[in-house]
Amino acid sequence: MIASILAETDVTSGRFPLLTALVLVPALGAIVVATMSKRRPEWVKLTAILFSVFVGAVSLWMLASFKTSSADFQFVSKHEWIRAWGISWHLGVDGISLFLVVLTAVLFPLAIVGVDPHHDEKPYLAWLLLLEAGVMGSFLSLDLFLFFVFFEIVLVPMYFLIGGWGYDKRVYAATKFFLYTMIGSAFMLVGIAATVVLARGSVGHITFDLVELATKSTFAASTGRWLFFAFAIAFAVKVPMFPLHTWLPDAHTEAPTAGSVVLAGVMLKLGTYGFLRFGLYLFPQAARNSRAIFLTLAVIGILYGAIAATMQKDLKRLVAYSSIAHLGFIVLGTFAMTLQSISGGVLQMINHGVSTGALFLLVGMIYERRHTREISALKGLQSVAPVFAAAFTIVMLSSIGVPGLNGFVGEFLVLIGSFLTARWWTVVAATGVILAALYLLWAYQRVFHGEPDDDNKSFAELRWKEGMVLLPFIAAIVFCGVYPKPMLDRIQPSVKALISHISDKTGYVEPQPTSQSEGAQP
Amino acid sequence: MLDLVWLIPALPLAGFLIILVLGRRLGEPRAGYVATLMTAAAFAVTVGVFAELLSKSSAERSHIKTIFTWLPVGNLKVDLAFLADPLSITMALFVTGIGSLIHLYSIGYMHGDPKFSKFFLYLNLFVFSMLMLVLGENMLVTFLGWEGVGTCSYLLISFWHTRDSAAGAGKKAFVTNRVGDWGFMVAMFFTFQALGTLSYGPLNEAARTGGIAQSSATMIALMLFVGAVGKSAQLPLYLWLPDAMEGPTPVSALIHAATMVTAGVYLMVRTSPVLAVAAWHWAPWIVAGIGAATALYAALVAVAQNDIKKVLAYSTVSQLGYMFLAVGSGAYVAAIFHMVTHAFFKALLFLGSGSVIHGMNSEQDMRRMGALRKLMPITGFTFIIGWLTIAGVPPFAGFWSKDEILLFAWNKSPILWVVGLVTALLTAYYMTRQVIMVFYGKARWHDHAEEHGASGDLHPHESPATMLLPLVVLAGLSIVGGVIQLPFSTTTKRLQAWLEPVIDKAEQPLKSGAEDIKWVLAGIAAAIAIAGIAAAYLVYAQKKVKAVEPRVLANAWYYDKGVSTFMGGPGRKSFDAIAWFDANIIDGAVNGTGKLVQGVAGLVRKGQSGLVRTYAALIGLGVVAILAWFFVRGVIQ
Repeated sequence: MIASILAETDVTSGRFPLLTALVLVPALGAIVVATMSKRRPEWVKLTAILFSVFVGAVSLWMLASFKTSSADFQFVSKHEWIRAWGISWHLGVDGISLFLVVLTAVLFPLAIVGVDPHHDEKPYLAWLLLLEAGVMGSFLSLDLFLFFVFFEIVLVPMYFLIGGWGYDKRVYAATKFFLYTMIGSAFMLVGIAATVVLARGSVGHITFDLVELATKSTFAASTGRWLFFAFAIAFAVKVPMFPLHTWLPDAHTEAPTAGSVVLAGVMLKLGTYGFLRFGLYLFPQAARNSRAIFLTLAVIGILYGAIAATMQKDLKRLVAYSSIAHLGFIVLGTFAMTLQSISGGVLQMINHGVSTGALFLLVGMIYERRHTREISALKGLQSVAPVFAAAFTIVMLSSIGVPGLNGFVGEFLVLIGSFLTARWWTVVAATGVILAALYLLWAYQRVFHGEPDDDNKSFAELRWKEGMVLLPFIAAIVFCGVYPKPMLDRIQPSVKALISHISDKTGYVEPQPTSQSEGAQP
Repeated sequence: MLDLVWLIPALPLAGFLIILVLGRRLGEPRAGYVATLMTAAAFAVTVGVFAELLSKSSAERSHIKTIFTWLPVGNLKVDLAFLADPLSITMALFVTGIGSLIHLYSIGYMHGDPKFSKFFLYLNLFVFSMLMLVLGENMLVTFLGWEGVGTCSYLLISFWHTRDSAAGAGKKAFVTNRVGDWGFMVAMFFTFQALGTLSYGPLNEAARTGGIAQSSATMIALMLFVGAVGKSAQLPLYLWLPDAMEGPTPVSALIHAATMVTAGVYLMVRTSPVLAVAAWHWAPWIVAGIGAATALYAALVAVAQNDIKKVLAYSTVSQLGYMFLAVGSGAYVAAIFHMVTHAFFKALLFLGSGSVIHGMNSEQDMRRMGALRKLMPITGFTFIIGWLTIAGVPPFAGFWSKDEILLFAWNKSPILWVVGLVTALLTAYYMTRQVIMVFYGKARWHDHAEEHGASGDLHPHESPATMLLPLVVLAGLSIVGGVIQLPFSTTTKRLQAWLEPVIDKAEQPLKSGAEDIKWVLAGIAAAIAIAGIAAAYLVYAQKKVKAVEPRVLANAWYYDKGVSTFMGGPGRKSFDAIAWFDANIIDGAVNGTGKLVQGVAGLVRKGQSGLVRTYAALIGLGVVAILAWFFVRGVIQ
């Protein structure tokens, strides 16, 4: 297998196994960093930065050479691994995963540069790079076995990052995170095994290949439902969906800033991405049959997450609960199954990663200065740090979903698309925009407005380095809000293909506007 | 020229960007000049576009300029595009015109404020957003402006953010507006489902030609009205507007009187054919009813307010109610007419009150004013013109626009007419009260001089020229503004002819009964205005009758207090309950399960280390080992 991967590289023709590099370079970086000498921390950090920046550059190169109007998997790298079981090193990227991969590759160097772990830098950086490899692998795998391996690998570095570099209750939070998601994936492991075995009849041989399974396999309705649920539990924990969400506030709050940024930025999307790639794609009939459950839980998550966020006393916990609400929109769009709602959901995955990632960075900066995240301990920061406050305001407005900034675009597409197939769920979900304004503005008022008291009088203004780290986030927030077309053009063909795959398999007819069908049920 | 319509919002946006980059270096007063110039330039472009539209025949007065495709997903294709037509250009004219005057005024008013350049930064962003709102070719571009003005309103209300009341008021405005925004969004969903587009053109065309089901039209119209109720401060969502007076006074004049709050009326007129189709008899009645109720409700409250700006705030709520009364009565021209004249006289009154506050060292309580006419002659004179205009004294502009609304209200139902008339009486009454308390009678500020921080005595003074010039211009407009729509003949109904293509098939025709007695109704309206002024004169100047200012009105029917008591009490408790439920029930179940497993495991195997950290490491190692094994196998094969 390694030989065939190597053969993919051909210097003379400029061929290069892009996706394999995206996965293996950070892994290699982790090994290099782990084996370096502890005595020269600045070299260690530089090495980690170089590896992550290289991955970022490769991802941008991939983005530039991605064929816009194609719905197929691109840059496919497929090498047999365990022939007897039909397992292969099968990587590919399409419109659904494209921007998640780019976001991952860009977010990691920013998190590495922007956040100082304060102690034991070497293992911290090694774990971060391993985490990047795991997340990349999960987004790129087109083989069930390979996906599962990466999906699990992700947990290990995250566990150590929370447990080693987190805050007061870090061990509790890390354990809870690990066990919770582990149990979720146990269901998926069983699901994967069962899927492969049960699909043998319709496919003709044992294979873990996603594309082959999705196109050739057929399951009886009840079997399909059980298999789908096995996957769905793992993804629902990861998203997380109500009521499986309580690991998230703890993990987010206790994780070091870089951990929170990565967790919110890309890791939660493993769940929503999983629903699209492995739920709807593999088990379209079962997904359609159970849509009412998921739509309902999504809407509950939107409102419940927002209400719980309103009452939090810890700023970081507040942002964590807001993630539950935001991801509810993505799940709503996924199960509403229209072109607009799913495309909006994919866009929302990116947008949430950008704006919530930036929010966690900002909260981290507050903690660095004040050593507290208690809302009640902070006051009047806008008077002493107006630029910092302005940066926070822009990110906050994006998170609230003000049009012209990125948060709105995804949310709006999800809602307008979902309205076609899930009218009343959508009408209720849309009230989430009221609550989003409430919890964020209320928190902003308590933290930034008013007259600063003695504890907050010396709050330092935004530093150059911090500004440079935030700048790409703010640029992305404005750009995606004003001109999302380049992204939508690349996302759309693959979503369209996914929907027609569902139609082919189940006879689903995507309702179109003007048909005047009152609340059509797919 | 028509293709240059994009320049109208682009100029204030450029001003915003210039001040964003150079703000601190520009400083005072240059940041103010940049912002004012950009708005004035936008006004000049608007006049150019207006002239060109005017030169075309009525049917051709509509031009779409597309900048780029904003949201293209399948059937949904939303362009960032502008629509230049009589309605949007009318709006743009007064937004940029009055906007320029208020920018100029602010240079004087904000003098010495440490955040001088930031004020103009927000102000230009506001003008940009407002122009996106009125010039948008589809609902989504309007919504972009709609939320944009809401955001600027939030930023400007809480401009003096160290004051807790200002911070709270900003948040309240944003959140309350969001309730309305929810309605606007749902209206867009219905529109997309029914027509597959969000553009106004196809929507209104479908409504005119019966291409849209009545049920859809009703939902669209009513949900848009929910949005309008939020933005234009109608019952039951008006609560944020009186609090919004915490912002600097030019903001109250520009955003919370002349422009932003009229956005709801604009939206209803923009989609007027839809409301006309939604003629299940109750749909327009809801609009007219809420408008009339709000008009009366707020006018009654204004009678008992002592804060100079609060009177004007409730007055604005009340006048906006008039506009919705007009919309619900199918009098779209009258609604826009009153919107324009109201923009003139209410901006004048707010700026006048700002001039008074400025000259009184930030005093806003009218009980501590009096006799200011002599000390502030120009402010006093222009304020009096504003007063006569809003009171509905002929021949000032307000008389004509109010009269037209009352005529159509009569046309719809005499009950609505009576409510409108009582409101007119109250309007004349409370405005006369305000003018007497502020500008006439005994000077009362001496008694409270020490509270103003003035050593010895307070010396109210007239404001600088940058503040007075806008007052004079607005006073002139308030006097002659009525000429755009005079009821004498079809040729004097200029606004009606101009707006004809927009409101085609939506405007309700007058029944012959109403047409015949329109001069009688006008006479009654004029008499009512005089009566209101006379009554207030007797009470507050002659003091022959004791003033009636019941506490329930001073407290605005206790509605605001009721709502905040509810929010702070049961509302907050229920939110807390959910947070508690999450922490204890849901998370409790998780931790309980964990403990149970731990306990059982502990019984079974006492030898375990119990360090989950170790388990995790082992699992991680296991995964790596398995991987390595497969890897090796792969290589061997």
